[in-house]
Amino acid sequence: MTMPPMSSVRPPPPRAVPDALSAAADVGPRSDRGRRAYQARTQAAPYLFLLPYFLTCVVFFIYPLCYAAVLAFYHTDGAVRKVFVGWDNFRFVVTDPDFHRALRNTILFTACSIGIQLPLSLGLAMLLNQKTDRLKNIFRLIIFAPNLVGQVFVGILFGMLFAPRFGLFNKLLQALIGWGLEERWLADPVLVMPAIVIASLWLYVGFNMIYFLAALQNVDQSLVDAAKIDGAGPWQTFLNVTVPAIAPVATFVLVTSTIGSFQLFELPYTLLQNNNSGFGPDNSGLTIVGYLYRQAFESGDLGTGAAVGWLLTCIILVVSLVQIKLASKVGSER
Amino acid sequence: MNGVRLTLLILIAIFLALLPISRRFAMRYARLALLLVVGTVIMLPFVWLICASFKDKAVLNEYTFLPPPTKISAQTINLDNFRTLFEPTATVQGPVSFWRYVFNSIFLAATGTFMSMVFSSMGGYALAKYRFRGRAFILTFMLASMAIPGVVLLAPTFEVIWRFGWMDTFRALLIPGAVSVFGIFLFRQAILRVPDDLIEAGRIDGCGEFRIYMTLVMPLVRPMTGAYCLISFLAAWNAFIGPNIFLQSQGNLTLPVVLNQYITVFEQQYGVFLAGTLLAIVLPAVLFLSLQREFISGLTSGAVKQ
Repeated sequence: MTMPPMSSVRPPPPRAVPDALSAAADVGPRSDRGRRAYQARTQAAPYLFLLPYFLTCVVFFIYPLCYAAVLAFYHTDGAVRKVFVGWDNFRFVVTDPDFHRALRNTILFTACSIGIQLPLSLGLAMLLNQKTDRLKNIFRLIIFAPNLVGQVFVGILFGMLFAPRFGLFNKLLQALIGWGLEERWLADPVLVMPAIVIASLWLYVGFNMIYFLAALQNVDQSLVDAAKIDGAGPWQTFLNVTVPAIAPVATFVLVTSTIGSFQLFELPYTLLQNNNSGFGPDNSGLTIVGYLYRQAFESGDLGTGAAVGWLLTCIILVVSLVQIKLASKVGSER
Repeated sequence: MNGVRLTLLILIAIFLALLPISRRFAMRYARLALLLVVGTVIMLPFVWLICASFKDKAVLNEYTFLPPPTKISAQTINLDNFRTLFEPTATVQGPVSFWRYVFNSIFLAATGTFMSMVFSSMGGYALAKYRFRGRAFILTFMLASMAIPGVVLLAPTFEVIWRFGWMDTFRALLIPGAVSVFGIFLFRQAILRVPDDLIEAGRIDGCGEFRIYMTLVMPLVRPMTGAYCLISFLAAWNAFIGPNIFLQSQGNLTLPVVLNQYITVFEQQYGVFLAGTLLAIVLPAVLFLSLQREFISGLTSGAVKQ
């Protein structure tokens, strides 16, 4: 770390200030040179503080972003050779059955994480949302703990838990409902997506719970009490007091988990590694980013990778805008 | 395993027995029971992982968790998995020890965290405490840039890194990640609460702008710094796509990449890569336990007003 050069242009050294009176006088006219130097340095300082950001932003964000727009129209072979092909990359991607599969899987996964995981997170948060502090803190810690584990490690771990006959998950299922001991979760095209959803549920349920819990703790208790006095049942109180109060956080959680779900990659990639079949039998665990990764870095076609990236960006943008619109509409109706 | 259904039935039976006695008490019991069940389900994979790492490969599939106390001996419970894990493996570039990957991971995560902590807090300070031309534009631009999924940049960044000749170096991971927009926002949020008078007082006393940031502002946002460091460390520690694409020679790899490789290398004795996974989880867990309060408040500070 070097000091920004501006700090060497200092105003005149502070005079000894004997009492408050002369400190007040200090605010008055100063030497012209001093003021100009002072102004110069407070004006330049923010840009210098932001300099690292500007540099990395230009080189690793703006340039790649523009370049991605160009690259999407080229056929590439590794980082060396490329040929302009117009819209061919996009045409190839949207007609590729593998991409359709990836799109279907990703939408299914997103629907599951919104439809199953978010309600569960909210339920757990409500279960924890009590005054008794100790229980809340301990269980918050326990339920959040899987988030310390990266998707890769979760993939490795659950790859073993889902093993037929010996896997913990299969044994647990057998003990609970008498089915599932011999199921080959990661080799059966029908069961691959459920397995991914279950593993991600374990991983992320605590993450969104933290947000819901923070929002619930901020709900104005006097409103809840007032509703109770007015004779509202627990369900009515929940709908009319709690839901509007946590709506902003709920929208935030909804949008961020949708964006996250659309970018799912590492978990299925490692989870399905063991079967030596890429993304599961019949591409049953292929996601959009998985497809991008395969095209760009396993086949070396960066152009198609960039095209997939743009398609994904458009999908995410449209979906999150629709969600935000819907959420604000629901919010204004209340 | 037959005990699972029995335990659940007992828990439900207690609830039904309590219900006619006191509804309130029954509800409190139900909450505790439900939390216990959920907590157990969430902890089970961890417990299983720890047991599997220490079981000998001969009995790995024989017992769900640990062998019964009468059967515990050096033949069933030992450190063989760890021993195999740390045996140097022969690669094209000569033998590589598992320590090497641990070191790479720690170095990358620690250096990356330190750099992005310094640069992001500097950016956050500038945006929180200065009025300057282009400030509103920069803020909007940053927000917009957060909305763009990182994978769009994957293919072009690959080419940038390749042109710079940074392939297979740590620079390829450290420098693009040196400033985090998320971090800038987090620090801005925290620094906004630092009183302006304090900064002004520092100026009057002749502090340079950088010294004000270093000695006056940063100590006041220490909780946020802790939270950010942990978030950033975890992200770097668990990162997979970047290291997997940019790092190539075996001696440069990080834990997630190597353990992913080991799934196929140690297919027949999976206790080995489970032991490695356990080690890869332990360090972040220790960090988290020591910083968990700051961590959670840091996570939610953007979304929830406190």
